[in-house]
Amino acid sequence: MAFVGSPIECTNLRKTYDGKVEAVRGLSLRIEAGQCFGLLGPNGAGKTTTIEILEGLLAPTSGEVRIFGHTWNDNPRQLREWIGISLQETRLSEKLNVRETIELFASFYSEPRAADEVLEELKLTEKADAWVGKLSGGQKQRLAVATALVGNPRILFLDEPTTGLDPQSRRQLWEIIRAFQKKGGTVLLTTHYMDEAERLCDGLAIVDHGQIIAEGAPSDLIDRLGGHHVVEFQVSGDGNGDADHLDRWRSLPSVESVRREDSTLCLSVREPHLTIPALLDAVAKDGNQLEHLSTRQASLEDVFVQLTGRHLRED
Amino acid sequence: MYLCNSPAVTCEKTDMATTERSTSTVALRNGRWSGYRHLLWARILELKREPEVVFWVFIFPLLLAAGLGIAFRNKPADVTSVVIIDGAGAQKTLMMLQAVPGKSSPDKGSSIRAIVLDREAALKGFHFGKFDLAIESNSDGSCTYYYDPARPESVLSRAEIDAALQSAAGRKDAISTSAQSSSEPGSRYIDFLIPGLLGMNLMNSGMWGVGFALVEMRQRKLLKRFVATPMRRSDFLLALASSRLVLMVIEVGLLLSFGVLVFHMRVRGSILSVILLGSLGAVAFGGVGLLTACRAQKIESVSGLINLVMMPMWIFSGVFFSYDKFPAIAHPFIKALPLTALNDALRATITEGASLGSQSGRLLVLAIWGGVSFILALRWFRWT
Repeated sequence: MAFVGSPIECTNLRKTYDGKVEAVRGLSLRIEAGQCFGLLGPNGAGKTTTIEILEGLLAPTSGEVRIFGHTWNDNPRQLREWIGISLQETRLSEKLNVRETIELFASFYSEPRAADEVLEELKLTEKADAWVGKLSGGQKQRLAVATALVGNPRILFLDEPTTGLDPQSRRQLWEIIRAFQKKGGTVLLTTHYMDEAERLCDGLAIVDHGQIIAEGAPSDLIDRLGGHHVVEFQVSGDGNGDADHLDRWRSLPSVESVRREDSTLCLSVREPHLTIPALLDAVAKDGNQLEHLSTRQASLEDVFVQLTGRHLRED
Repeated sequence: MYLCNSPAVTCEKTDMATTERSTSTVALRNGRWSGYRHLLWARILELKREPEVVFWVFIFPLLLAAGLGIAFRNKPADVTSVVIIDGAGAQKTLMMLQAVPGKSSPDKGSSIRAIVLDREAALKGFHFGKFDLAIESNSDGSCTYYYDPARPESVLSRAEIDAALQSAAGRKDAISTSAQSSSEPGSRYIDFLIPGLLGMNLMNSGMWGVGFALVEMRQRKLLKRFVATPMRRSDFLLALASSRLVLMVIEVGLLLSFGVLVFHMRVRGSILSVILLGSLGAVAFGGVGLLTACRAQKIESVSGLINLVMMPMWIFSGVFFSYDKFPAIAHPFIKALPLTALNDALRATITEGASLGSQSGRLLVLAIWGGVSFILALRWFRWT
């Protein structure tokens, strides 16, 4: 079979469980070769259902998936030779050691990579003879990715690859993903971590309630907020939150949008050095006190909050 | 760029200078059976590294055989233990019993052990089963026997003691008889038990080794991870079945050797027939295990199912005692159970030396159970 078309393409995917729960509601994507593409969204947004449909593990209720131009009905075994998968949660056999596990997975592919090479690449050489049950969380996750890479895939699917890992393990995994991408591989990952999506992905789709609500490069998405900076402040005194007030802050120089979170006001701002003096003046004019003031770079979190009115991780 | 998946390539792990996959420094190429061999080897390693498996599959049946074999060994059952209630004629009755010729030496096959106790202690001992029979000598020289008609050994000892007392008192046998004792290997309880334990063990390890293992892998999402690779699903099931066969040979070998070495059991049929029967049994119960596990998502639910399936066979299929004890009307149903067929076939082969050809009915029962459950299991099987 030949590689034709994009590594991953899907049109109008829908998945309904038990005829009731609509997990995915009309989702279309096209991922180009060499891209690292992220599906970003809160838990329960339909990311895992989507990625499992793309991986050919779940049948969509309707819609079409193509991997290098082929559907999952064409020749599933050949498509599986081309992809490597790390599921959200797989507990590999605890009584096998790391090398045995990698060699087992290698044996399923017609042209796998050498186990030693993969061990080395994933920094598991020292643990080659350790039982899987004895590995740390980060090592287990690297092993999961190793079982995906040992088949020498062209596409890597990673479902929440760094969830629950310590910062160092996360960075190690990011390096591994980048290295795969550098060799020409295509990556599709799901995450609910903003920083992961921003640092790792060239393309992003923000998913909520089974639909893509925004798509583009991370910097483009942030650009669409209108301002790259966020000014957050609190004012003591009465009534700083009704609609009149929000409009008033909106009219300050260089402010693109305003939203309120509890007692904090957040302004999306293009140029903070123009906004902040005007803000201070306005507070003083009201005879109120400024309780708190901070500025930061706008993030994907702000994009998500602006689009949905909710935070990605409600915790 | 084209990828070919040539079936003609059978070599394994050879360098491929012409591979298009430039990302890998050492290119490997796997043959058709590479996945199967690795799956089988992984399964065997896992079993070997699981101490519980080693205990339950290999050690436990041996302990069971040893325990039951010793508890039900034949000789102690032949000692008739009687109590004489202390009274006027008690000592005389005791002397008459002790004078019975040839009855006191244990290697003649049977012996009488008699003691004298006061009435209360004697009857208490009798009621608790310590004595098979209580004898009370009356003042007129007659005897009263206390026996329990529900206890075979009590009925037996009544007849035996009566004969002994009568002949000691001078009764002459009308015809001359002689008896030949028979506790040859082949007719003892242990000879009945070992084939039954073999069958039960094959059922246990088939159901747990296939059913439980599968649901555990499903719960761990390992099955899902496997089907996300180009692994052939048939290879996976075949490897699971093969691991059962490897284990079966060890199970059968251990238990039979134990019977032969410790209990001097005699295997009359050919070892090949026993192994073939064991394989058929292992595959049949592997199929039943696969069916039991084909949809269950949790190990708790499959444990219940496995016990539910096995329970009737523990009771009815003649593992510890013959199913002849159940009413004749139930026999056709009992004989249709796979464990009954396996136990009957193993017993006939091991203790009677029956050929496999003469037991086609039993083999058919096993084959149908295995085949039908395998087909249904494949139809309903859930990988995710």
